[in-house]
Amino acid sequence: MSSTINDFVVRFANVNGTGSASANFLFAKAIFRMGIPVTPKNIFPSNIQGLPTWYEVRVSEKGYLGRREGIDLMVCVNPQSMIQDVKSVSPGGYFLYDSTKKLAVEYIRPDVNYLGIPLMEMCNAEFKDPRQRQLFKNIIYVGALAQLLNIEFEVLQELLAEQFIGKEKLIAPNIKSLQLGMNYVQEHFTYPLPIHLERRNLIGERIMIDGNSACGLGALYGGATVCAWYPITPSTSVAEAFENYANELRIDKLTGEKNFAIVQAEDELAAMGMVIGANWNGARSFTATSGPGVSLMNEFLGLAYFAEVPAVLIDVQRTGPSTGMPTRTQQSDIQLAAYASHGDTRHILLLPSTPKECFEMTAQSFDLAEQLQTPVIMLTDLDLGMNDHMSEPFEWDDSYTYNRGKVLTASQLNDIGRFGRYLDTDGDGITYRTYPGTHPTKGAFFTRGTSRDEYATYTEDGAAYKRNMERLMVKWNTAKNMVPSPEIYQKKNQSHLGVIFFGTSTYSAEEAMDQLREEGIFIDALRLKAFPFNQTVDDFIQSHQTVFVIEQNRDAQMRGLLINELQVNPAKLIPVLNYDGMPITAHTIATQISTYLLQTTPQTNELPAAII
Amino acid sequence: MSYLRPLFRHPKLPTNKIGYTKKEYEGALSTLCAGCGHDSISAAIVQACYEMSIEPHHVAKLSGIGCSSKTPTYFLGNSHGFNSVHGRMPSVATGANLANRNLVYFGVSGDGDSASIGMGQFVHVIRRNLNMVYIVMNNGCYGLTKGQDSATADEGSKSKSGSVNPFQAIDLASLAVELGATFVAQSFSGDKQQLVPLIKAAIHHKGFAFINVISPCVTFNNNPGSTKSYDYVREHVEATSTVDFVPEKREIKAYYDEGTDTLVTMHDGSYLHLHKLAKDWDPQNRISAANALQKARAKGEILTGLLYVNTDFKELHETLNTTKQPLNTLTEKELCPGSAALASINAGLR
Repeated sequence: MSSTINDFVVRFANVNGTGSASANFLFAKAIFRMGIPVTPKNIFPSNIQGLPTWYEVRVSEKGYLGRREGIDLMVCVNPQSMIQDVKSVSPGGYFLYDSTKKLAVEYIRPDVNYLGIPLMEMCNAEFKDPRQRQLFKNIIYVGALAQLLNIEFEVLQELLAEQFIGKEKLIAPNIKSLQLGMNYVQEHFTYPLPIHLERRNLIGERIMIDGNSACGLGALYGGATVCAWYPITPSTSVAEAFENYANELRIDKLTGEKNFAIVQAEDELAAMGMVIGANWNGARSFTATSGPGVSLMNEFLGLAYFAEVPAVLIDVQRTGPSTGMPTRTQQSDIQLAAYASHGDTRHILLLPSTPKECFEMTAQSFDLAEQLQTPVIMLTDLDLGMNDHMSEPFEWDDSYTYNRGKVLTASQLNDIGRFGRYLDTDGDGITYRTYPGTHPTKGAFFTRGTSRDEYATYTEDGAAYKRNMERLMVKWNTAKNMVPSPEIYQKKNQSHLGVIFFGTSTYSAEEAMDQLREEGIFIDALRLKAFPFNQTVDDFIQSHQTVFVIEQNRDAQMRGLLINELQVNPAKLIPVLNYDGMPITAHTIATQISTYLLQTTPQTNELPAAII
Repeated sequence: MSYLRPLFRHPKLPTNKIGYTKKEYEGALSTLCAGCGHDSISAAIVQACYEMSIEPHHVAKLSGIGCSSKTPTYFLGNSHGFNSVHGRMPSVATGANLANRNLVYFGVSGDGDSASIGMGQFVHVIRRNLNMVYIVMNNGCYGLTKGQDSATADEGSKSKSGSVNPFQAIDLASLAVELGATFVAQSFSGDKQQLVPLIKAAIHHKGFAFINVISPCVTFNNNPGSTKSYDYVREHVEATSTVDFVPEKREIKAYYDEGTDTLVTMHDGSYLHLHKLAKDWDPQNRISAANALQKARAKGEILTGLLYVNTDFKELHETLNTTKQPLNTLTEKELCPGSAALASINAGLR
């Protein structure tokens, strides 16, 4: 393997439940602190403990934050998965293992470099307590990696000091373990390895946080006061983050009273019911769930759409259908979320790509939900939600005030004649609502899932029903210009090729565009940020001959949504898909696109010099 | 349509303490069958709210799906109503209550709504002791879909077509006591004298107040062999006590002297005054209430009155320690920590 600085992939193979997560994060965070772009990903099984779990860290001088195939250095601390771990190392790569026991012959590959460290033996010599022996084994290999890859010891010390504020006793054995690993490498190997790190200044002000925490914080800043939720991987940490931040920032210091209410509901149905009840009564309320939860919430989502009650739902997507792979990532709730519930329903979708967007869009979702008096669904995924990501820092404009939408006060009710809850007085399809308890004699109305007229009176009159449904479409069209606009990446020479992507595919899509450009293939790109699609999306598709749609599901759900919603020829939308539960990679995208172009380029099997 | 209310109102209708006539507490005309017990319950709600001088717009009335769940339209026309989805009213009521703790919450449900699809939510709203009045209009059958047995239909009870229900009934009042509901009452739609004070007491109860009202379905379940027909209920009803609701300022000393009476002090200083009919009835003893319900059930009798009350348990807002100010009135000022706090959060993530 040639020497590469700040550009490689390390994978850790651990046993679930052995405390490896914090050691592995220490490794990734140290690289981040050295000013080098890094992206860690959990690859964990759907079980409690004892089974294999992996953690993959990509280091990229160029700043690519998508997943990359190929393992340059495997740190194997799990005998259970060793055979597959050995196989997964790229030729010329490194295999770091616990050499307390001699490596069996079947694990030996001639094209792999072996780095045996007697981790267990060293731990047993140093620590008596069995749990400590397990925990510090992880820290020893971090120390070894520090020496092998050139991680600055001061950075590790600093991180440990921060981690153990209030538990300073734990710092010394951690430092000791790091040194054990470092010393072993100094005595037994040539270091640093050809793949190693060098301090850079490529991080700037950026932060490292997972998308779920960012969503929880966004809900807090967005003014959510009621959170009703039911635990489900990978969304659970959204509500937990909201609770942690709220406990820190929303409790009256004098009285101890809380400016928020969090209820862990009995199921997803109840969670959504609570969200709707709270929003109906004028409190900003949200829930977080994943695909199976959205399935259960369908009925309530339809009610909220038709009765026009705001609601915010954060769907951290995982691999479906059914239970699917609960701890793997996918973008496969798109159509479920867009059209959740029976009848002609449609919902606003927001599609964040980064933790910063998770923060901003969650905060914004409450404005949108209240302005449009309808559910807003944030679609993130496990990759964004549960992995730490480098992100631009969060920003907040202190002059910004919440937009509570069209809500009439008692004095406004006094000034108008008859109040019509579903009367489109402004022509934008959005009607006025009142909160319960506003006025003694005016403004009360009945909220129901059954058809009603403009004054909220129950009716089965076909004409009144049609007027209502058509007004809901007017509102939908109004929404098109209220949701975030797509981002266009258009190069100077406009290509006849376009690509559309969204969410976590963005990281790898951008990298793939760079790779294709090197091959002479120039593609314009559009990143979707929301549904409904506005004119920009339509124009982008119309102005390109072929448009690739990158997404992480089998059925090209976003492509289907584009075809369904826009007047486009399906033949020009080419799916680029990945659905094995792992985040899509640049290689996957670039390969699928270039293969398609090869197959469709007439008369020659070679790519033209430049496809623009 | 069960009854026709004349449009004319006497100009000098009596008014309550806040100057409202009963008209202000009425709703739209009922579209239920003539003689439906549910309409009597609606009328009892109107009476109770009128007599208690509750501001109608300070009431939120919520329901699920079914005949009973239609009734919120027929009372308190100046209150906001929410006819939600089948069986899931408790969660909507929970959210609404969390948003604004200052309103009176009425949840109206049926036996189909609460004892079948809504059983999970019924159980959990009790568990959380949500401050609301939860009335089940219980007729043992599905009226809207023409008379199928519900989960509260008694074993052996005959439907209108003559078929016999082979399954055990779910006894919602027993269940509520068992689950620890902090106020459990049972009544009969034909006994307005008993029902009105029970509703008043339920409104004043700070916590989950459940009233299971046997309310015969005149169209589909008022036949011989039904255990929820008017005739059957009238023959088998047995009151545990009669209840007066005593507002906090009234002199109550005189009641102490009567040996067969009990006073229960409510959170707000008002009292429940029980004239006990059943021997040794102690409405604050959950075990004896549970036993009495089981014994009555074994005899095919229906115990009515206030079955159990516990004023010591925290309601949901107290458990969560939410601010006294309704959450729906908080603004950016209270809710948004601002850019300075965010800058420090950012700094902690580097």
